[in-house]
Amino acid sequence: MSVHVVPVKTYALILAILLSLTMITVRVAFMDLGVLNNIAALTIAVIKMVLVILYFMHLRHSSRLTWLVVAAGFVWLGILISLTMNDYVSRGWLGVPGK
Amino acid sequence: MASTSHPVLAHQFESLEQQRASTSLGMWVFLVTEIMFFGGLFTVYIVYRPLYGEAFAAASHHLDIGLGGINTAVLILSSFTMAMAVRSAQLGRRGPLAVFLVLTMLLGLTFLGIKGVEYRHKFEEHLIPGSDFRFTGVDPRHAQLFFSLYFAMTGMHALHMIIGVGVLGWLLVLTRRGRISAEQYDVVECTGLYWHFVDIVWIFLFPLLYLIGRH
Repeated sequence: MSVHVVPVKTYALILAILLSLTMITVRVAFMDLGVLNNIAALTIAVIKMVLVILYFMHLRHSSRLTWLVVAAGFVWLGILISLTMNDYVSRGWLGVPGK
Repeated sequence: MASTSHPVLAHQFESLEQQRASTSLGMWVFLVTEIMFFGGLFTVYIVYRPLYGEAFAAASHHLDIGLGGINTAVLILSSFTMAMAVRSAQLGRRGPLAVFLVLTMLLGLTFLGIKGVEYRHKFEEHLIPGSDFRFTGVDPRHAQLFFSLYFAMTGMHALHMIIGVGVLGWLLVLTRRGRISAEQYDVVECTGLYWHFVDIVWIFLFPLLYLIGRH
């Protein structure tokens, strides 16, 4: 496994995309899209994150083991958020004492 | 048993490649704990935002979208210079490495400076949670909750930035002492991973704190 040196052009392209997405996310925030506002903001943030992880953090050229560790991190984050929300969303559903 | 005599190879590793892969994997494991650390704060936000959406939106309007946007660009630019620093280290180019480390530090300090200006504005506008908190609008109690989250999240993020700038300074010293080479640049790679992680946290903080209810 030798070192993979990413060309400067790739880094510059990623930089340009990240800056453009930042401008787009600000523009979109000022439009009234209802619930789509949140979805758009989060989608753009996720795209930016994926670009940073794949290119700046070299995940694209990393071992499968590294991929597994990164994926595991997000799975645990998903467990944290989904189990917490599972409680908060459903707590009021049943009129039982002690809720 | 290849290259046991190599000066930068620790005795427990077979090769430099194995050493490098182990080091960055260890860094990633640390970053996973950091995901969970910030994940706790984001979870609090996700719990309260749907409950007090109006108060959060009203409070969010008191944040400076211009300064927040500029800071986002500054941080993204610093991630680029950090990536270039790692690249220079991979190629064993110490001159450019030092330049990119300094640029990254300067951009990091710019971010912290702008953040400081924003904090001062919040102080002057009595938007610091506590007995002196003043908020004219709907639901000031939960607007205060928003500002508690704002300071907890951006404060933790700023603390990570301060640590990052410190580590970059240490890397600069190592570089000037000739301790970084194309064979031994793991510390630069790991610092890069950390710096980009902190950038990603801000990529989420910016829309979640500054951009809600703007239309």
